[in-house]
Formats: sequence, C-alpha cells, structure tokens
Amino acid sequence: MEKFTTVSGVAAPMPLVNIDTDMIIPKQFLKTIKRTGLGANLFDEMRFNRDGTEVEDFVLNKPAYRDAEILVAGDNFGCGSSREHAPWALGDFGIKVVISTSFADIFYNNCFKNGILPVVLPKEAVDVLMEDAERGSNARITVDLENQTVSATDGTEFKFEVDEFKKHCLLNGLDDIGLTLQKAASIDSFEAGYSARAPWV
Amino acid sequence: MSAPKTLYDKIWDAHVAHEAEDGTCLLYIDRHLVHEVTSPQAFEGLRMAGRTVRAPEKTIAVPDHNVPTTLDRANAETMTEDSRIQVEALDTNAKEFGLHYYPVSDVRQGIVHIVGPEQGWTLPGMTVVCGDSHTATHGAFGALAHGIGTSEVEHVLATQTLIQKKSKNMKVEITGSLRPGVTAKDITMCVIGETGTAGGTGYVIEYCGQAIRELSMEGRMTVCNMAIEGGARAGLIAPDETTFEYCKGRPHAPKGAQWEMAVESWKELYTDEGAHFDKIITIKGEDIAPSVTWGTSPEDVLPITATVPNPEDFQGGKVEAVRRSLDYMGLKPGMKLSDVEIDTVFIGSCTNGRIEDLRAAAEVLKGKKIKDGMRAMVVPGSGLVRAQAEEEGLAQIFIDAGFEWRMAGCSMCLAMNPDQLSEGERCASTSNRNFEGRQGYKGRTHLLSPAMAAAAAVTGKLTDIRDFA
Ligand code: SF4
Repeated sequence: MEKFTTVSGVAAPMPLVNIDTDMIIPKQFLKTIKRTGLGANLFDEMRFNRDGTEVEDFVLNKPAYRDAEILVAGDNFGCGSSREHAPWALGDFGIKVVISTSFADIFYNNCFKNGILPVVLPKEAVDVLMEDAERGSNARITVDLENQTVSATDGTEFKFEVDEFKKHCLLNGLDDIGLTLQKAASIDSFEAGYSARAPWV
Repeated sequence: MSAPKTLYDKIWDAHVAHEAEDGTCLLYIDRHLVHEVTSPQAFEGLRMAGRTVRAPEKTIAVPDHNVPTTLDRANAETMTEDSRIQVEALDTNAKEFGLHYYPVSDVRQGIVHIVGPEQGWTLPGMTVVCGDSHTATHGAFGALAHGIGTSEVEHVLATQTLIQKKSKNMKVEITGSLRPGVTAKDITMCVIGETGTAGGTGYVIEYCGQAIRELSMEGRMTVCNMAIEGGARAGLIAPDETTFEYCKGRPHAPKGAQWEMAVESWKELYTDEGAHFDKIITIKGEDIAPSVTWGTSPEDVLPITATVPNPEDFQGGKVEAVRRSLDYMGLKPGMKLSDVEIDTVFIGSCTNGRIEDLRAAAEVLKGKKIKDGMRAMVVPGSGLVRAQAEEEGLAQIFIDAGFEWRMAGCSMCLAMNPDQLSEGERCASTSNRNFEGRQGYKGRTHLLSPAMAAAAAVTGKLTDIRDFA
C-alpha cells in the first residue's frame, strides 16, 4: 500500500446526506475479480446518462473538479453494503481523502485498507470546507495526517481524531496481514485454550 | 465479583487473542462465511503473498448474489459472462483451499445468511464474519457477527482473526407484545425510523424486551439483519430456549455430551444486571404499526396509515435529500401511502426469505389472485426453504395466486442477476434496502413485511394488512 502523508488539492463538494455504497459504485460493477479499474464507474448512475454521456452538472464532471483528490460530503457517507469496491473506485478515480461529519463503520474501515483517509469533523468545520469546495479550483484544502489537521484555503485549521494504529499503518503503508502474522504465537495459544473450552467450535 | 457485563462484553472477552496497548485487539473468528462477490480479490491476495487459509474447516462458501434464480439455471447460459467468472472463481477457491462449499447444484445452496444458521454453522456465543453487511443477521443467536470488507476477508482467511476495537453498547428494548399484523420486520424498520441510519454508528445493539423474546428465530434474524441499516456494527439477541431448540440437531451443531456442554455455556450469554449501556432506546411493542418506506433510505419509514411527508418538515441536509428522494420515488407530499400503486412484488432476501416469511405471505394469498398485470415473485432464501415450502403446500398457493416460484439466491434484493426493476417500476419488497437503483436503474422500492407484500400483490397498492381480508 502507498504511504499517506499530506494531500493538498481541489475538493469536490457533495452536500448530500447518506451517500450510500450503491451510489458510489452500483452493483453491476461488482462483477469483477480485480481491484483496479473501478474509477471509470465511480458514482456511475449520478455521473453518466444511460447512453454513456456525462451528466453535465454532476460535480466530478465539471472541469474544476475532474482531478479532485478530496471529497467533502454530507452526513453518514458510505452507508450500505460492505463492498470494498467503494473505496477501490474512489481511489482509482484519484480521491485520497473524504471529509464528512460521519461515516458508516465498514466503509470507514475499508478506506484505511486502501490508502484513503476518511476525516470526521464537526458540522461547523465541514460547512466551512464545503463552502471552500464550492469555489472550485480557486480553493485548495490541505490534509495533513501526521499532524491530524485539515486547513481551509484561508488557513483556518481543523484538528481531527484518528485511531493511532490506523494512522500508523496509513502513514507507513503497512499491510495488516503481515503485522498480524507476527503475532501468530498469540493466536496459536489462544486457539489451544479456546478449543479446550469450546470444543464444538 | 467482576463488574457486570453486557452480552457483547462477554462474547468479546471470550475471543480476544491479542490486545495491544492502545486497545486494538485481534478478535478470534469462529465462522467465516464467503460468497462470490466480495471474495475473489481476497483469495487472489493470498495467492500473491504465498499465504494459505488458516482454518478452512471454519470457512463456509456459497454463491448467492449473482446466481440466476430461474428454474433453468442449471444451464450455464442463463448467467452473464462476468457473473459466471465470479461463481467459477468461488468454485475454484473453495476447492483449492478446502472450504465447506455449497455449489449452485446443491439443494442446501442459498443466501449465505440463511445457509449458515440452517446448517448449524452459526451458534450462540460465536464470532461470525462475512464480506457482506447483512452478517448482522447471525446476531439473532447471540453471536457477534460483523460485516467486513474484502481486505478484512483476506485478513481473516490468513489469520482467523480480525483487527478490531471495541464498539459501544446500545440497548434497544421492545416492551410488551406486538399487535396483530405487526411483525419482526416492522420492529426493525421502526427502530431505524427512530434512530436514523447513522444512529447506530459505532455501536453494537442488543435487542431485548418481551416482544423480542416472543419472536421465533426467523423473526429474530429479521430484526438483527437490519441492524446494519441503523448503522450498527452488529445486532445481538441473547440466546434462550427458542435459540437452543432451533440449533438442536442441525448438521453442524454439536451432538451428545458436547451439546450439553455447549448449552451450559450458552446459558451464560446474557447481559448481567446493572451492566452499562452507552445508549438505551425503549419502544413499546404495542406502538409499532405495520410499516412501509416512502423514500430512498431505510430511515424513510412510516406506518402504512401515514401520508408522504413534506421535505420542509425536515432539517439540515435532509431537506434536500427528501426532495431528491420524493422526486426519485415519484411521490407527492400529502399523498396517502395506502394509495401508492405498485407494479411488482418481491418476496425473498436474507431479511425475509425464510420459511416463516413464506408462510406469512402464503397465508394472505390463500385462495386469492394477484392483480392483473402485476409482476410477483417469491425467491426462497435457500434450497431447503424452497423444499420445505413445497412440502407444506405453500409453493402451490403462490403459484395459484400468480407468483413466480423461483430458485434460491439474493435475486432482486440487489438485482445483480437478471431480476431487476425497469425504469420507474415500483416494487413492494421484503428486502432491506431502498437505495436509488438498488433493485434496478431508476427502480422504486418500498420495504415492508412479507404479509404486507402479499396483500399489495392482490390489491395492487400498498395495503394495511389489518384492513385486508
Ligand atoms: S439477500 Fe440482499 S442483503 Fe441479503 S446477502 Fe443477498 S444481496 Fe445482501
């Protein structure tokens, strides 16, 4: 996994609440056995007409936001299914950060496994950033994981919380499985005791 | 004496294989369920890293999301190329890694969350994961069941553990009894209406109270199934005699002395008196009405007697969302929900595709016909549910009423196979999500209980089951 440190760029505003995983990547694109290439269909049903042409006023189709690396979204982003295709699609499109007041749990976790940083901020902060984002390429937002800050264009800084372990993995591009396998001895000894206690498992 | 614990605390504590200083735990996983859509990349990842499946005997694979549900599905041509590749990949992976496997040709095949409990894989006190958000279903047994992403699927395959931090505890108590016509589906939708789709975020919910106790295992699974629609990490119901009765004699449930030993330990699985909950919600069972959704989020739910709401009655970002969803749903504020005409009825899914659900729907349909021009289908949750329904004569009731009687799978719950709504088509569905496009591009979904879905098929409108005779 690529290391994540700082992202500074244009942010696309998506002020809708409850943007669900079916919107992020509709199910017809889940029939792949690969992790790559999903960016082409990110937000497919909002982004494209049925004939494949672009929906002109969809945010990521506007010239200012075509290369956006940050999304600022309404409450409860990523609710719905557990499909990791959602962060795969976002990442493949080039989104590295999603900012919202809240995220659905599974989506939130899935982001970290794919080098994407979901940032939770209070409503007032998200409102400021949303306004910034609406100014298109005139505004840049900076997200600094090390210092856990998001800076609006005028320099206003917002501090965000992130789990230490998740931060560590993201900063260093670490693979969870490798880390867990280092603890194989703990798992072995747990398993031994456990199967004595609950042999039917 | 140690501090009183919640049911969640007890299951959690029994599965911590390693705890780091910051509280990050390796939670040992007892059952890993796998389906064709969220697993191919995980197996691929294992292969690329030269890793193997740590506990294949605890890993169960079944194709469900993509499979056709038409009677001629044995014919591979009924499947699109990309679906076929996914199902074949599962086939190969299950065999290569030695997993328990229920292929499409096996009568036990079905929706992963129905097959697990049916085969006795899911038992009280276990940790259960699956690359699917509705894994919450298994919480009905007093099992801690999480939906996980594909990277986590790979992690569990390789290590039989999940990296987790403990969630908060929420208690949802449904007091008293339900009124006639009100079902488990109405309970779970009512709770989401109360908490909102983000209300459970960061929590594990324990459902309790008399109305929950009075539910069958099928009903309890329906309740826990939609815990995820309320944003919760998992839903739980403490096991009791109803649970033990359901588990007893299942193919993979313990037998003999081990059964006795298991039941003894399962009897400890309850929340201790005085245990701490971070949030408590209480709903009176008698206040719950037969419910339907009107919008494109499961929290957009109202009693069938209500009218379509006005966007202006909402606050914040929700105003715009409601406007958008009413536009999408083709509904006007003030319209009576019981006047909404529908085109299609779907009975099935891991929410309501079990035998009890089919019984409830068949009861309504007995001796009746669906409205002219209505498209209606029943998709049993598993091949065994289907077989049982045929034995009980339910299948014939559905067929006589004009329903299509399908093979098992997810089908129109998420419309990944050819069972889809067309643009503007309006569906009364017993599934769990009414998101835009969920059941087909621009399709419109109203979630409701099996009995209400059956009634709607007959009248052609959303119908109050209490007025239906
Ligand atoms: S029936 Fe629907 S909700 Fe359940 S597993 Fe299948 S697609 Fe998911």
